[in-house]
Amino acid sequence: MIFAHASSAPFSLSILIWLPLALALVCAALPARVTGRALAALSLLPLALAVTFVANFNSSYPFPQFVTDHSWIPSLGIHYALAMNGLNVSLVLLTTVLFTVSLAWSALRDIERPRLYYFWLGLAESAVLGAFLAQDLILFVAFFDLMLIPFYFLVGSWGSGERVRATIKMVIYTAVGSFLMLAAAIATGVIAAGDHHTALNFTFGALEHLPVSRTDGEWLFLGFAVAFLVKMPVVPFHGWLADAYKSMPIPAVAVFSGVVAKVASYGFLQIVLPLFPQASHHFQVLMLIIALVSILWATAMAFTTRDVRLVIAYSSVAQMGFILLGIFSLQAPGAQGALLQMLNHGLVTAAAFFIVAAVAARSGGSERMDDMGGIAFRAPLLATLFLIVTLANLAMPGSSNFIGEFMILLGTFQSHLAIALIASLGVVGAAFYGLRLFIGAMHNRVGGRVQSFEIKRSEAIAIVPLCLIILVLAFYPQFGLSRSQASVNLAIAPATTSAFRGSQSAAALLPTFASLDGPAGWWAYPLLAGVSHSLPGKPRRIYTYTTASSGSGSGQ
Amino acid sequence: MNAHPYAMSFLLATAHIHGPHISWAELSPIAVLGVGALVVLLVGLASSQMVRARLVPTLTLVAIAGAIGTEIWRFSHAPQTIVAGALRIDDLALIADLVCAVAAVAAVLLAWRARAPREAGQGEFHSLMLFSLMGMAVLVSAQDLITLFLGLELLSIPLYVLCAAEYRREGSLEAGLKYLIIGSVGSATLVYGLALIYGATGQTGFGAVAHVLASQSGGGLLGDPLLLTGIALVIVGFAFKASVAPFHQWTPDVYEGAPTAITAFMATATKAAAIAVFLRFFDFTLTAEHVNWAPALAALASVTIIVGNVGALGQSSLKRLLGYSGVAQAGYMLTGLVVGTRLGVSATMFYVVAYLLMNLGAFAVIVHQERVSGSDRMAALSGLGRRSPLLAWSLTIAMLALAGIPGTIGFIGKVQLIHSLVNGGYGWLAIVLVVGAMISLGYYLRVVAAIWMTPADARGVAVAGAGPLAGAPVAAFPPIAGGSPEADLQASAGGGALGVERLTGDPELLLVAGVFGALCIVFGVIPGPVFEFVAHAGAALVGLR
Repeated sequence: MIFAHASSAPFSLSILIWLPLALALVCAALPARVTGRALAALSLLPLALAVTFVANFNSSYPFPQFVTDHSWIPSLGIHYALAMNGLNVSLVLLTTVLFTVSLAWSALRDIERPRLYYFWLGLAESAVLGAFLAQDLILFVAFFDLMLIPFYFLVGSWGSGERVRATIKMVIYTAVGSFLMLAAAIATGVIAAGDHHTALNFTFGALEHLPVSRTDGEWLFLGFAVAFLVKMPVVPFHGWLADAYKSMPIPAVAVFSGVVAKVASYGFLQIVLPLFPQASHHFQVLMLIIALVSILWATAMAFTTRDVRLVIAYSSVAQMGFILLGIFSLQAPGAQGALLQMLNHGLVTAAAFFIVAAVAARSGGSERMDDMGGIAFRAPLLATLFLIVTLANLAMPGSSNFIGEFMILLGTFQSHLAIALIASLGVVGAAFYGLRLFIGAMHNRVGGRVQSFEIKRSEAIAIVPLCLIILVLAFYPQFGLSRSQASVNLAIAPATTSAFRGSQSAAALLPTFASLDGPAGWWAYPLLAGVSHSLPGKPRRIYTYTTASSGSGSGQ
Repeated sequence: MNAHPYAMSFLLATAHIHGPHISWAELSPIAVLGVGALVVLLVGLASSQMVRARLVPTLTLVAIAGAIGTEIWRFSHAPQTIVAGALRIDDLALIADLVCAVAAVAAVLLAWRARAPREAGQGEFHSLMLFSLMGMAVLVSAQDLITLFLGLELLSIPLYVLCAAEYRREGSLEAGLKYLIIGSVGSATLVYGLALIYGATGQTGFGAVAHVLASQSGGGLLGDPLLLTGIALVIVGFAFKASVAPFHQWTPDVYEGAPTAITAFMATATKAAAIAVFLRFFDFTLTAEHVNWAPALAALASVTIIVGNVGALGQSSLKRLLGYSGVAQAGYMLTGLVVGTRLGVSATMFYVVAYLLMNLGAFAVIVHQERVSGSDRMAALSGLGRRSPLLAWSLTIAMLALAGIPGTIGFIGKVQLIHSLVNGGYGWLAIVLVVGAMISLGYYLRVVAAIWMTPADARGVAVAGAGPLAGAPVAAFPPIAGGSPEADLQASAGGGALGVERLTGDPELLLVAGVFGALCIVFGVIPGPVFEFVAHAGAALVGLR
């Protein structure tokens, strides 16, 4: 059996995906008064389910696990294929954690039209989980676009300030990318099937075995890259960010910045690198420069803005720049660091947004730094939690973020020394703006409208669990690394080895691939026993690893 | 000449004219509609108001149901060419017939309590609609240049009248007159084109024309100015009917002025019929010349997509907005025609079905809005989510589906179209399509925002009336009450907008809106049945890849 080493799951991944939406619909039928509390309590169910999956996850097996695969649209070869692998395992857990926390935070507050609000949050959780777990290109695009709709309503109906303008701007920016991605996704399948004379199939596993030509790969790469860069966002594509993050209700911005933006960086690792290895190599420097510009520009913006929420927003642009840098270092440590950093940053940024809300509640509702100051005196516990989050955000040695950024820079040093050196400035800059924010809000002279009080139950319910997880990860970063390592190596391998980049040699490799037929055959990665010796020096380490694990993994 | 009329008819009756053999089974969908139209017209003469207002629409629905029944009966039989080669009943025709018939059912329901049939007369109104439907059935089955023109006129002339059905309202008269003039120009152009094609090939049957074109050596279309002009004029004629830019200017004006039930019928049924005949004429009759006409139609489709979407951006009237949106959607459908493959034909017909489902729900809500607020302005939608959740959701789903959001049939339709475009080597047209879809979000989302996102000043008022915190100042409702955790004494009961417990509005409108809104989602998640349904259309046109 191919999945001899893949662990079996007690449930189907479909249940994990659709449970949040189903719970939201059930709770919408309850009286509006209890909808929020009921849903917050019930959202522990998808969290527990995700924990079960992570517990059953086999870390040494780099291939998709807990596979669900049905034909969705047979005439177009579109599958309803879901699976967990090292790339999405920690992100799925992160998603359920952040949504549970956000629901709990919302449940202790008074919300207009609560049933509708919780319905959109439930749909958002389902869509994000679907995007992470989808193993079919069209299904992924569908979930990716679907994610946008709940946030459109959450910003437009429950946002603040110029919310309708902000939400339409956000949707149009994102849609420009994601509709191009839809065209690119369909083209990928059609071109791959046409080049290799096979039936249309959009599953990742099948497409990885059907490389497209170099020129096709390059424009398809751009289609995907624009969608992901807008969603992350990084610098030339970030126009929507400030308005949208400013208007979003706090629970929505926490999950949006925490996990929705991560879907994009995850997409690079799961889709772009394996499917368009030649193009990824071709555009490597361009992407590195985009990442670098994002880091420097966002650091400068975070340092100059007086708006607390925007400091966090720009800080996450800088962090997304680091993640992009790690991915396109095309080195194993860089990519692993990027994936770890997605997890770290998701936790830190969500916690930071909840803290912004707590701080704003103490300074007369204002989110301006000028109105704050001196909050720590009457709220030592809140100040401590804020300090933990700040130190994690600036990647203090000892925090998990430090390990993430270190690995990212290590990978970048290995591939492009100059870029890595400049990017290091971003780490320094993070210390400046992070501490400036903390000191400006918590210490200094007491602000004019500040009425400080200790952290409340309704605030602690979101902030404390996140801080605990940040602390646990600081002591045990292996949690993310060990599970992702094998899959990350596999994902970046094609882009790092010239054997896959040359279309001639890629075509020559095809016969060695496992059969594409059968219910699960397309998942099996080729046994590269005969190939690894021809690989050039540096990436060989990766291949020795992947071939070793694939040899033991797919014991057919 | 003073030949006595009775003498003439006597001569005709005695002369031995061999009429063509008529296969009544194949002709039944058309025949049922014709008989239904006459019966409805006669019953409409009844003196009882009750009979006219209730029995006539019911009989109309029965006639359409009969037509639907016979269409389903004939579906997926071997294609038959009947009435001496004038009509061809195949699955492409039957799918288009079914789409038009469903649109007609919805239109009758939307007109159930409307002003238009009361003013124009129940019998006349409904029988004209049936005649128009019959014209569509003839048009989509036409297999001959003459039948094509007959069908088109039978479709159009009743619609000219129906647009002006509310003849005491200036807007309706204006719409009717405008449609009459522009429609006649379109028809004239078309008939001129048809005459030139006949002149160039010496044939009127589609099959014979296709045969002549296929056997022509060298030059082909480009070598024969007569044929080239003919085809260009036919494109213009069809473009008028399908509201393809730059022949679309009448669309927003007529859509706005016509009675909304008729607008819904025109927007969906006329477009379906026009696209179906477009498909048959180009992908069957002229398929041998595909390389020559495809670039022209591709350019036309691109222009249509851009013009329609950009035009819709600034509209504040929902009917005008849907008019421009219909122009853009016609452009999308045209792209499937351009590639000239079976895949393209199926994708186009899929989109025609999707377009039907997406629009009818929206029009039902517009009818409701017009009855409640007297206008179809977008601003009047504010608070619809509270007043009538079912209608609000239907319109939301319709707008998201038209924009191509996943989970709706519009997404699958676009996937299918892009697939056929990339497959047929028209990748650039796929990019135009997605660019159009991006622009379209700018107005579809504005409609959704108008439904759910009340402006900031209205928010306090809206909540104050509903919740237990009535009378509280607006400032007490910061965004999700983020500022004061103490306020969570009791969640406001002002919500409940998600539930569909409050059904306000006329039942037939709720039915149409609910059914078509639900179908948009159902077929967006489970598109398999629709795929199987439209796959027959591609197979119906012989000679396609």
